[in-house]
Amino acid sequence: MKPTSAAFSDNARRALHDATLQQALAKAGVGFVEKRRAALSDLPEFAALREAGREIKDHTLANLDHYLLRFEQQVQASGGEVHWVDTPAEACAAVLDICTRAGAKRVAKGKSMVGEEIAINDALEAAGLDVVETDLGEYIIQIAHEPPSHIIAPAVHKTRQQIADLFENLHHQPDLTRPLETVPQIVDEARQILRDTFLSADVGITGANFLIAETGSTVIVTNEGNGDLSATLPRVHIVLASIEKVVPTLEDASVLLRLLARSATGQEITSYTTFFTGPRRGEDVDGPEQFHVILVDNGRSRMLGGAYHEMLRCIRCGACLNHCPVYSAVGGHAYGWVYPGPMGAVLTPLMVGLDEGRPLPNASTLCGRCEEVCPMSIPLPQLLREHRRQEFERKLAPPRSRWALAVWAFSAQRPRLYRWASRLGSLLLNKSSRGRGRFRSLPFAEGWTAARDLPAPQGDTFMAQWQRRKPHD
Amino acid sequence: MTDRRTVILARISQALGHAAAADAPAVLQRVNDHARGPQPQWAEAPRERFLAKLAKVAGTHAELASEAEIVGAVADYLAAQTLPQRLCVAPHPLLADVVWPQGWQVAHRRAQGDDRIGLAVAFCGIAETGSLMLLSGPDSPTSLNFLPDDFICLLPEDRIVPRMEDAWALLRAERGSLPRATNIITGPSRTADVEQTIQLGAHGPRRLHVLLKGGRHA
Repeated sequence: MKPTSAAFSDNARRALHDATLQQALAKAGVGFVEKRRAALSDLPEFAALREAGREIKDHTLANLDHYLLRFEQQVQASGGEVHWVDTPAEACAAVLDICTRAGAKRVAKGKSMVGEEIAINDALEAAGLDVVETDLGEYIIQIAHEPPSHIIAPAVHKTRQQIADLFENLHHQPDLTRPLETVPQIVDEARQILRDTFLSADVGITGANFLIAETGSTVIVTNEGNGDLSATLPRVHIVLASIEKVVPTLEDASVLLRLLARSATGQEITSYTTFFTGPRRGEDVDGPEQFHVILVDNGRSRMLGGAYHEMLRCIRCGACLNHCPVYSAVGGHAYGWVYPGPMGAVLTPLMVGLDEGRPLPNASTLCGRCEEVCPMSIPLPQLLREHRRQEFERKLAPPRSRWALAVWAFSAQRPRLYRWASRLGSLLLNKSSRGRGRFRSLPFAEGWTAARDLPAPQGDTFMAQWQRRKPHD
Repeated sequence: MTDRRTVILARISQALGHAAAADAPAVLQRVNDHARGPQPQWAEAPRERFLAKLAKVAGTHAELASEAEIVGAVADYLAAQTLPQRLCVAPHPLLADVVWPQGWQVAHRRAQGDDRIGLAVAFCGIAETGSLMLLSGPDSPTSLNFLPDDFICLLPEDRIVPRMEDAWALLRAERGSLPRATNIITGPSRTADVEQTIQLGAHGPRRLHVLLKGGRHA
């Protein structure tokens, strides 16, 4: 998908004025936050698990090449194949090649964020394949021709009415009059329609939440069961996974699974947690004949050991989105690419380039809630600041803000000048507020004063007051 | 794509400052140790914990004294849900000797698209989360766990282990390695993709019913 992250300001403004979107966002936000809070309060060991989870990821990343090789060895030992790919184009080519060799016509797809990252659906459809998303949320946005707006709840921006209308237009022949109003009716409609996809697909594509080096297994967590049907019924199972998903053992995955479900949906565990190890065995009566793992790099090996290394610990739970005041206000589409919210504001500039993703790290107050709720303790605000630093260094910011920053930096490094200027500023603002203590409007600050008053300085700086009041010895 | 493999591995190794090896000592030790992370604690016995957590995720259960009660328990369930007496049953040794009533249609095979009711046997239960672990194989087709509307699963009571890590230990001891599919199933299928409202029966089973069998595991 072509990113529109550079237009974040326009995207955000449109989102704020979209009444339907605001209605959907208001419904979603509180639910996620409250469910996570309740799940954490039920598990006194959560903090210890969080520590352990971080250690597991740090250890694995420090030995990433070893574990990837071990994983590959084990996949091959269980009869599967591993394909290493560097770029989205290579990833799509590898998947297409497998589909072509299998003579596939129809592909059942389970939810995969790496799949979104490499735009696999576009590539397969361009080659004439029939690709059907089977996760309900993904199916909804596929038929709406939209990208996901949340990494675990892709259709969170859609209201029930919008979904019912989409289904009505697509599924219903004039003589079919199944009712489509309530949530059960909508879910049932999708169940009926997608059943045929599972049964007739030649290839099933799923993502992976974890890869297990010990056993060569790929893990998916789902609630609907669509990932399992996609991986069980078609002749070929293709797993899309990025290289940082690998963990050493089943025990390590068990630690991360406890963190993942609680942080994402507030569940103790999702309905289905499945470990796939190779294709159908000799005596098996079902399961795919081929098992392929596409190991996608797409910039990750370049993050290793660098300023954004810690981002590689991310397990894609979505807690940082749910707790972000910016995401909650504008939704996921405003971010203009695959990954929204704080984790998206770190990843997008790394994956589509800082030139395109430049506004995202700036669309944050660095309030720190994301870091606080991150089960992997990723210092997201620090990584956002690192992007801003890069932006300044590479002269990507607009001249006006670079100039303003340069002036500020100049004076901040000269304490006497800084004190003199701030005293002057506060004095001027105090005088011009004419004793009211606040401004109802102020030139160059309409952005602030349009919605609220700006408190006026009291006429004296802290430093001046300190000089006057400090105890003299 | 062999060259890509070399390129990516070289980049990683360079960033980490060592040469890639599948048998690096740190890796071998970690992979063989199976060290456990912090283990959640609770007061109840595994059986009580399992049933409480199962109920919390909308799973139901019936208690059986022995294999002899399987037919009765299934019949009760079908009657309660007003379901047809038409079952797809896993070809599992624990179900092999069950004599189904005359007039019932019972197939022992993998599941098909129009199977309404599936019956299988769990490898073990996990008390921490009220989960069932099923291992794919000739005696446990994975399609049975996901295609039918109603999934009935036999679980011998002495097969309930406290935590997921205990299930891995049991799996290693009894099977040595993982089957094609290891399913940890916790309640029926669900979705919250329409307005964050939880709805059961998205694509997998609409209902999950556990037959908890007492006595010794055959």
